[in-house]
Formats: sequence, C-alpha cells, structure tokens
Amino acid sequence: MNLRKIIKYFFGDIIRSKWIVVYTAALLVFSSGIIYFSKDEQKSLLSLMNIVMYLIPLLCMIFGSVYYYNSREFIEMLLTQPVKRSSVFYGQYFSLAFTQMLGFITGIILPLLIFNFGFNSFFLMIAGTFLIFIFTGFALLISILVNDKVKGIGILIAVWLLFAVFYDGIVLFMFYYFADYPLEKATIIASTLNPVDVTRTMMMLRLDISALFGYTGATFKKYFGSSAGYYVSLFVLHMWMIIPALIARKKFNRKNF
Amino acid sequence: MIKIENIEKSYGKSFQLNIGKLEFKRGSIITLMGPNGSGKTTLLKSILGLVIPEKGTITVNGRNISGQCDYRNSICYMPQSSPYPPNLKVKEIIAITKDIREPQDDYDYELFGLFGTANILEKRAGALSQGTRQRLSAALAFMFNSEIIVLDEPTAGLDPYSAGVLKSKILKEKNAGKLILLTTHIVNEVSELSDRLVFMLEGRVKVDREAFRNAGENGKEFREMVSKLFKENEPAKNN
Amino acid sequence: MKSAGTILLVLFLLSSLSRAKTILVGENELYKNPSEALSHSVSGDVIKISKGVYNVSELVIDKSITLEGEEGAVFDGNFFKEIITVTSDSVTVKNLTLRNTGTSFVTDVAAIRLENVSGCRLENNTVQNSFFALYLSSSKNCVVLSNRIEGNAVSESFSGNGIHLWKCNNITISNNEVSGQRDGIYLEFSTNSEITGNTSRGNLRYGLHFMFSEGNRYINNVFRNNGAGVAVMYTKRITMTGNRFEDNWGANSYGLLLKDIDNSLIYGNTFSRNTAAIYMEGTNRVNILNNIFENNGWALKILGNCYEDSVLYNNFLNNTFDVATNSPRNPNVFINNYWDKYKGYDLDNDRKGDVPYRPVSLFSLVVEKVPEAVVLTGSFLVDLLDAAEKVIPVFTPETLADNYPLMNRSGN
Repeated sequence: MNLRKIIKYFFGDIIRSKWIVVYTAALLVFSSGIIYFSKDEQKSLLSLMNIVMYLIPLLCMIFGSVYYYNSREFIEMLLTQPVKRSSVFYGQYFSLAFTQMLGFITGIILPLLIFNFGFNSFFLMIAGTFLIFIFTGFALLISILVNDKVKGIGILIAVWLLFAVFYDGIVLFMFYYFADYPLEKATIIASTLNPVDVTRTMMMLRLDISALFGYTGATFKKYFGSSAGYYVSLFVLHMWMIIPALIARKKFNRKNF
Repeated sequence: MIKIENIEKSYGKSFQLNIGKLEFKRGSIITLMGPNGSGKTTLLKSILGLVIPEKGTITVNGRNISGQCDYRNSICYMPQSSPYPPNLKVKEIIAITKDIREPQDDYDYELFGLFGTANILEKRAGALSQGTRQRLSAALAFMFNSEIIVLDEPTAGLDPYSAGVLKSKILKEKNAGKLILLTTHIVNEVSELSDRLVFMLEGRVKVDREAFRNAGENGKEFREMVSKLFKENEPAKNN
Repeated sequence: MKSAGTILLVLFLLSSLSRAKTILVGENELYKNPSEALSHSVSGDVIKISKGVYNVSELVIDKSITLEGEEGAVFDGNFFKEIITVTSDSVTVKNLTLRNTGTSFVTDVAAIRLENVSGCRLENNTVQNSFFALYLSSSKNCVVLSNRIEGNAVSESFSGNGIHLWKCNNITISNNEVSGQRDGIYLEFSTNSEITGNTSRGNLRYGLHFMFSEGNRYINNVFRNNGAGVAVMYTKRITMTGNRFEDNWGANSYGLLLKDIDNSLIYGNTFSRNTAAIYMEGTNRVNILNNIFENNGWALKILGNCYEDSVLYNNFLNNTFDVATNSPRNPNVFINNYWDKYKGYDLDNDRKGDVPYRPVSLFSLVVEKVPEAVVLTGSFLVDLLDAAEKVIPVFTPETLADNYPLMNRSGN
C-alpha cells in the first residue's frame, strides 16, 4: 500500500526538522514546570488545558501550513510518480498529525501520567488528539486553497482567532443581547458548534466546575452529563475533523502544480 | 501511445490551453517549442497529471488518465528546474523514487555513471548546484527504462559535455523504441534530436510538422522557419 | 420553722431517692412492654429495656424517669404515630433504637418529642426511618448528645427534619450524626444554644437551617453534601467557628446562605467544593475571619444590600470566582486576605502585596447578568477580558479591593 510508504517519507522528513524537537522539549518543560510548581491538581490541569485548547491548535496550524508550503517540491516529485493524489494528501495529513501527537503526548500527557493524574490525563489526551486532527485539516485546507505562503498563514491565524476568541466573543455578545430570553438551548448549541468550546466544556465539566453551570442551567449540565450530549459532542468533533480534511483532499485532487 | 483530445485549461483570464488533437507515437522524439507562457509545460504537466484539464481527454496506452495514477509507471519526468525536497539526501531521493514505482529487475544506471552522480549520494538536495540537480534529474528520468520519457528543458543549465551526454542518451533510448517528449528553446537541439516539432503559441498548437534532422538544406530551411516563427510572435507577446 | 421545713424536704427527697428503683422491661421480665412499666413507675425510676423489638406508639412520659435501652432494644412505631412524647421535666432517653414513625401532613410526627420541658437528655439513640426524628418544642436547658439519625427522605414535602427546635432556649446539640432528612438540624425562634461537633450530611434541603434564632453558637460541625448547604436567616449574634461546609454542589446551592443576619462572627471555617461558599444578602456587620475557601465556584457572593461586613485573614484558594457582587459600590472591608490569583509583588518585604488585589473579575459581573455565559469559563476570551479589566477597572467596583493582600497563606 502506497499510503504507508508516503506516510513514511513525510514522517521521516518532518521528524528530521529541529522544530518538532524544540516544540516537544518546550511543551515538556512547560507542563512539568506547571505541574511541579502549582502543586494543585485542578489548577495545573486548567493551565495545561489552556495550552491544549489554544496553543496547540495554533501551533498545529502554523506548523502544518509552513510544512506544506515548504514541501511543495516534494509533493510535486511524488505526484509525477505512480501514486494516487489522495495517498499523497493523506500521507501528509497523517504524518503531520502524528508528529504533532508525538510532541503533544511526550510534552504534555507523559508528565501528567508520571505525576499520576489518572483519568484526567486520558481525557486531555482525547481532547488534544481531536484538536490536532481538526486543525491539521484546517491547515492543509487553507494551504491548498491559498498558494501564497504569507497570505495563507495570515488566513489561518484568522481562523484560529475565530475559533479561540471571536466565536466566544460573538456568543457572549449574543448572550448579553438576548439576556431576557431563555438561553439554555442556545448555550448548548453555541458550545457544541465550536470544537474548541466543546472540548473545553467537556473538560470543565470533568473538573467539577460543573456546579457553576448548575447555578441556572441545570439543563446544560444534564445535557453534557448525559450520554446523548456526550455522543452529540463526539459527533460534532468528528464532523470538524472529517469535513475540512475531506474538502482539503478534494481540493488537493483537483489542484494544479 | 499518448492521445490528446480537445483539452482546455485556463489559468485566470489571460491564459488558456486549448488543444484540439495531438497524438504521440512510440519510437519518436517530439519537441515542444514556443515562447515563454505558450503552454508547453502545462501540456506536459497535463500528461503527467500534475495539471488537471477542465475539458477533454488524455489517453496513455489507450487508457484515459483522468483520476488514474498507475499509468505513470510507464512515464518518467525530468522537471524544468528540478526542485527536490532540500532536506533529503540524493540517495534518499533515489531510494524513494525506486520504492514508490513498480520494482524492476534491472535499472539503467548509465547516466549515473556518466554524470558522476555516485559521488553526491550523501549530499542533501538543497546543497546541490542547479546543474548538478539537472544531472540528477536526468539520471533519474532514464533510470526506470520507462516507455515514455518527458523532459522539460533538459539541457538548460547543463554544461556542453553533460548536454552532449544527455542528447546521445535521448537518441539511444528513442532507437530502443521509446517515446520522448521534450521542450526546448534551442533551435539546434530540435534539428539534432527531433522527429517532430510542435510549435505552441498562446496555448494552441501553431505548427505541427515533421522535423528535419541535422545539417543540410532541409535543416537550414527548418532553422530559418523556427526563427521566423519566434520573431513573428514576439510583438504579439508584448501586447 | 424554716429549718424544720428544710429538714422535712430533705427527708422527703431522701425517702423518694431510696424508693427510686430500676424497672426491667422484656420478654422474660415482669413488664412485657414499656407502657406497662411506665404506668407502674414514679419519678426518679429507671426503666431498662432489654434486647428486643417493641411496638410502641404514643408513649407519653409524664414522670421524670430515665428510659434506657440495652443493646438491641428497638421501639418500632409501625408507621403509625409518634413514638415517644415527653411532657415531664428531667427525663432522659438513651441507648434506644427508634424506628418507623408515622407520617402526617397535619402534625409534625416525631420519634421523640419534648413538649414544653426542661432538663431533659436525649442521648446515644439511633433513629431510623422517621418523619421528624428529635423534636424539641418550647423546651429549655436540654441536651441532645451523640444520637444517630438516619432518614430516607425522598421528597422535601414528604419528609421532616432531623433535630428540630421550636421556641427553645439553652439547648446543647453535640456529636450527633444526621443524614437523609429534610433539614439536618433546624432551629426556629430558639436562642442561646450550642451546636457542636455534629455531622449533617446528605439531607434533602439544608444541613443546618435556622431562622429568628439569636445568640447561638455553631462550632466544629461538618455540613456535607446537603441539597443546598446551610441556611441562616433573620437572626443576629451568631457565632460560627471551625465548621466545614463541603460539597454543596448544584443549582442554587451554597455552603452557607446568610440572609438578613447582623453582628455575627464566621471564624476559622473551611468551605470546600461548594457552588457558592457564602452567599450574603442583607448581611450587616458580620466578620468573616480566618476561613479557608477552596475549590468553590464562588467563594463569596455579596449582594448590594450588605453593609459594614469585614473579610479578613481568609485564604482564597482555587475558586473560579473569588468575589462576586451585583453592586457598583463596596460598603464592606476586604483586607489582609490571601488570594491565590494575586499576581502582585512585595518589594518592601512586609509580607503584604504592594498593589491592591481586586477579587471581582469582569467575567463574574457578566455571569451575574447572564448566568448562561458561565459556559465560557476558562476560555481565552474570558482570560483576555479579565486581564484587561484588572489593568484598568472600568466595570468592576473600583473600591472593592484588598489593599494589603497577603503574599503567603494566612495561618488558621
């Protein structure tokens, strides 16, 4: 199967870049530092959660996109060979995601496991994995659509801002604006649609901050605590993972080199 | 061997590739000529599947190539500026190319020997000079004994010795029954090598005729014709 | 004449003491059931109940006797009516297991009721599956000690309280364990009482609930995992020290609800994992000193109608919101607390931060107005907003600040 070979080439190429080593080491120092110095489990989990929810998507997209732009020759070289375009696309996609995973797991999950955070580290790993795949998909989609490197990276930073900041800003604004209406359903929908929000909400509920939701929105807690809410969230995360990647693949298959 | 029918491909507003019918047969060398931006490379890339035409069909060995990849086992390509991933070593590039194509019993290492590629195996592609990359590229293109060899500006940037080596290799392979498709700006090369000239202009085939080999009256006449074609079309480019 | 009267009285008392006897009740004893024994007893007697299950209901103790159970002595009310009603002073009921009272929507049916008495002791009893467990009405100078009350209340309207005081004075409630009732311990119009070392957990409504009950002291109790924590209303001069308020999670739940409370002291308590550790409404001149607030949603929710309260030497650890208020002003004092979110410095080395700490975050104001916005907790946007507001306070009450926040945890 050619896909495996292609993953091997890309993976071998990416892993050679010093960037990923520096990235992993930085995460490792950062997370062990947080765990070691804060000494409070909940607090360090919150800090690490912030890294996972916000920093990793950003770095994931920048790294993915820069790698794509820099490896256009490689892609072209592969495409003149008897290789399916989809294989080249998936080869790159999975290699990027796997290297990110490698950095993420050694940099963040490993310290958590060493310091015995139990199930929460597992949960954070699942959340991080989703985000890595989702944002690698976005990185490739944008890079494939936009040929200009600078413009492409500009757009992906905008996409990150949208998910990480603006979306919440819009939600907050809407909440304020419609404060007189029952907002529970809107809250649920709003926090389900954004992958960053879904993972954050699930994590927050795990961290027992759930009681805050109980203050008015018992429905909310019930929803996210229920298996229905859980499955819907998983479904949404899968959609965010699959759809951008599929569109990217489609665009890649029709792209001219 | 390669059949092109009614291909259309546009880039923006200014350029459109538009080719009614072209057929290339085995055992011949076909030269694509034309001013910059006339669509030579786009045509080659369409055959390779790097560029996907909006309309029309291209068949290789009787099979429509649209969405296919296996047909590229019978094509080798030497790209124009020979861009290789700068991080990879030469031997890795060779290994990858070998690995990804159908395995063969014996590989043609003739050009490797003549170009001294063996000495640069440990070098990273990024560290190679343009000419060295070209030679590597040429060596790779002939390594697989494939039926069709596509060369985009093969001699541009090569020293006269290497260019000579390459040209004789091209002739040799043609005589072995292969189809060789190349682009060039050098008129002499056409008369030296080609069996057939396709002159392109603004995405269309302007002239498609037999070429005349070597010196002699016919050769001279041919060279004059090509020069005239270029001259005539220069002002048109400037518009 | 006067001395002769005294001598006569002493003689009478001595004679009555000498006549005080122990009456045994049991299958193999003279008296087969408690009411028979009671009718043959006089004040001062001890009625001892042997091991066994006795069907008892509406046993009215109208003499100053001691009712004492051996191990395994059970009074079963068979879900009929009240089990024991005490109408005489100086009655002691101890070491008994009482179970299965009736239920009523009209009267407050209890396992043991003290009705208008003084000097009674309820000690070391186990009450299971009762409507109200121990009900003290219009009584004084009584002791409720080391009882275990295990209810299985399902709905608030269909359940009674564990230890219930109505119009009582000077009652000591110590070392009891109450669970599964409506309210664990309930006081209304009861004064000068001491509630120490009790554990009240898993009750449907409040672990402790009191209204109009002045001058009571609550010391070293544990209130855990009750429906809505502890509610203290319409009262003044309360002392609450060394208590633990834990795990009161959920909609409208809090560790301690203060409503219309004046001149009280809340000292050295620990508030852990409550939705809101202390919720204050109409609370004036209350001193909140040396408490620990950890892992709560809100540590303090102070409504605008609270005046002259002091918050000193407390430790605020890992709360989502330290202080929330709905008022743009701050008529209360915050000083010398330790706030784990404080990012300031201490250049003059006096162990107090050189820049003030503002415990009200912008986001807490947002949540106050739009509670649903709480889903954004922990988001990057919220961190940005809060950071911006900390630098230039625009929306948060400018005067609500701890001007001398501690650099290290305050000793408790």
